[in-house]
Amino acid sequence: MAFQQIKLYQTGTFVAGNRLLDPEQRSVQARTGRSNSLTSGHRACRGCGEALGARYVLDAAMRATDGNLVAVNSTGCLEVFSTPYPESSWQLPWLHSLFGNGPAVAAGVAAALRAQGREDIRVVGQAGDGGTVDIGFGTLSGMFERNDDVLFVCYDNEGYMNTGVQRSGATPPAATTANTKALGGTPGNVFGQGKSVPLIAMAHEIPYVATATVAELRDLEYKVEKAMTFRGARYLHVFVPCPLGWGAASADTVKLARLAKETGLFPVFEAEAGTVTEVSKIRRQVPVEDYLRPQKRFAHLFGDQPRPDVVARLQARADRNIARFGLLPEGDE
Amino acid sequence: MLRQVEGSQAVARAVTLCRPQVIAAYPISPQTHIVESLSDRVRTGELTSCEYLMVESEFGAMSACIGASGAGARTYTATSSQGLLFMAEALFNASGLGLPIVMTVANRAIGAPINIWNDHSDAMSMRDSGWIQLFAESNQEAVDLHVQAYRLAESLSVPVMVCMDGFVLTHAFEEVDLPSQEQVDAFVPPLVPQQLLDPADPVTIGAMVGPEAFAEVKYLMHVKQMAALDEIPVIAEDFLRAFGRASGGLLKPYRVEDAETVVVALGSVLGTVEEVVDAMRDDGLSVGALGITCFRPWPVAEVREALGRAKRVVVVEKAFAVGAGGIVGQNVRDATRNLPVDVYDVVAGLGGRPITRASLRRLLDDVVAARVDASRLHFLDLDVELVQRELERARHGARPGPHAENMLRDIGTVASGAYE
Repeated sequence: MAFQQIKLYQTGTFVAGNRLLDPEQRSVQARTGRSNSLTSGHRACRGCGEALGARYVLDAAMRATDGNLVAVNSTGCLEVFSTPYPESSWQLPWLHSLFGNGPAVAAGVAAALRAQGREDIRVVGQAGDGGTVDIGFGTLSGMFERNDDVLFVCYDNEGYMNTGVQRSGATPPAATTANTKALGGTPGNVFGQGKSVPLIAMAHEIPYVATATVAELRDLEYKVEKAMTFRGARYLHVFVPCPLGWGAASADTVKLARLAKETGLFPVFEAEAGTVTEVSKIRRQVPVEDYLRPQKRFAHLFGDQPRPDVVARLQARADRNIARFGLLPEGDE
Repeated sequence: MLRQVEGSQAVARAVTLCRPQVIAAYPISPQTHIVESLSDRVRTGELTSCEYLMVESEFGAMSACIGASGAGARTYTATSSQGLLFMAEALFNASGLGLPIVMTVANRAIGAPINIWNDHSDAMSMRDSGWIQLFAESNQEAVDLHVQAYRLAESLSVPVMVCMDGFVLTHAFEEVDLPSQEQVDAFVPPLVPQQLLDPADPVTIGAMVGPEAFAEVKYLMHVKQMAALDEIPVIAEDFLRAFGRASGGLLKPYRVEDAETVVVALGSVLGTVEEVVDAMRDDGLSVGALGITCFRPWPVAEVREALGRAKRVVVVEKAFAVGAGGIVGQNVRDATRNLPVDVYDVVAGLGGRPITRASLRRLLDDVVAARVDASRLHFLDLDVELVQRELERARHGARPGPHAENMLRDIGTVASGAYE
């Protein structure tokens, strides 16, 4: 081969560029045998974190199962942008039913495969945060407590982006959305609401729960592959920035996902049978302001009437996560 | 084999014989005995290669059936009343996707006021959901309709709802002829799914469809239901040949050939109606009955044919469209359009109120004697005084309170305030 320009991906991190590694050490995304389960040509926005996350997750799951995979999808951006009539971006068997029933549909698929003696075929359910933490929560909890053989993946972009950016149970405090605007005395989403579904999943004592971000491909792929080594209910909560809904630059999706982790706002960890087993440490801690400033949904905190008090409350949330999950390396706390 | 058995047990046995591979159910009275019995049958190994999911809701039950059916499994669930409404969104989804799910509906009233007894409000509220709706008159027919339902659902790839009156049938012990496994295996061939989630041949099921083709996909649902109007009688004839018993079909005419007055009804009340018909025939009156076994698809031509010689059609139905009138009645009126016939909408048996021979006889005598106005909606055995007293209270009180409690107190059966 003649001269080839070597690109170093993820510059500015500790992660080595994939193309410099031996083929066996490369990420699934860097392998030529990648399944492209969610193939190109779909209609996600530029810089969509969910499209990135879904591709990472499904390609890793396809590799882990040798292609014996069925995906069930709840209603939402991922479903809409991937199947505009008459096109489909899915190169694996894929079923979409409703907004709130993805976990139950996935459980039904798994039950059918078990009844047919086809347990070699595995099932992944996927939804956004609305379809997971809000409207699909009942069916999700049911799937967890029955320990159905499903990996359910939540692509969390912290709001109802498909319907025009409204608040969900995963929207952080102070964030503006279409129904938590910067109006009135307490601009943005209120403090003291919302839920952590990874922690709720752990309370079901299911075999495996993990969180990840689209900034750390290898960590995400590792967790998908690990999840596929378990039988029973598994939950993966992936942090996926939304340039449209967050008012962020399309080029900043990976950067924001990394900052969410490095600030402590989004704790990255693994848990087995209800107990945290691994925590992804913060490498270079940054103040939450670094994460908030590039996003228009938090612009009201830094405008003509800055709200350092609100920023401090968000910093306190990050600090609480850091203390609770032990996110700083030993000796830094 | 003839056995004295509870309706729910008989249906559970019939479903077992059809070899469902995934059952997902959530308990609700009066469906419970069916799904309890099926759980037993899976646990004891009477029903093998079947996964039984105890889901967190009816919405979850129908959703699990959707997933299982998409993965090529024969599926079953059962529900009633509020449960059917809770799965409403998934019902439309199952039919839109063309999944051959079979479900028993143990018909029960819908609250408020909460009421666990029988009427047809639940099934009627889902009449436009794209499901085929079959109504059983007896437990024998309930058994037979389930066997036929699987064949129908899978031959057309449509979901089928078998409706049987809650308590009246589900909890009644009757003699039932339960078929053998060999008979059912011969009648219901293994499922060949129209669409399948298969890694070897991946398909996208449930894609978004815009204005370009939405109407066309929906039209196909209608086409399938129209095909069912042809298929259902064929299946009933095959059933007669295989099992030696007439069961199912679209309609159940009873002494209608020369009848001037015909009662139209669905479900278990037909037995009572037929007895009243016999009594009136004995008195020299020209009366018949038409049972609707298949309500969806609506057999408009067959109903028109069956009622073509009647002068008066009395539709006795256990549900109504609040603010509009009869539901079956509207369909009957459509079927008899431009015929010289008066159609009477009579709401009866709501919330488990018995429909007695005496009441039916009074009603039919009044109709024959032209004492009933066909342009108005009628309620059989309505306690008019009770209603009027409550309307009076509502007119005069600043905060008259809940209707249900007021009316129960009025008739003396509510504890609250009874000892003031």
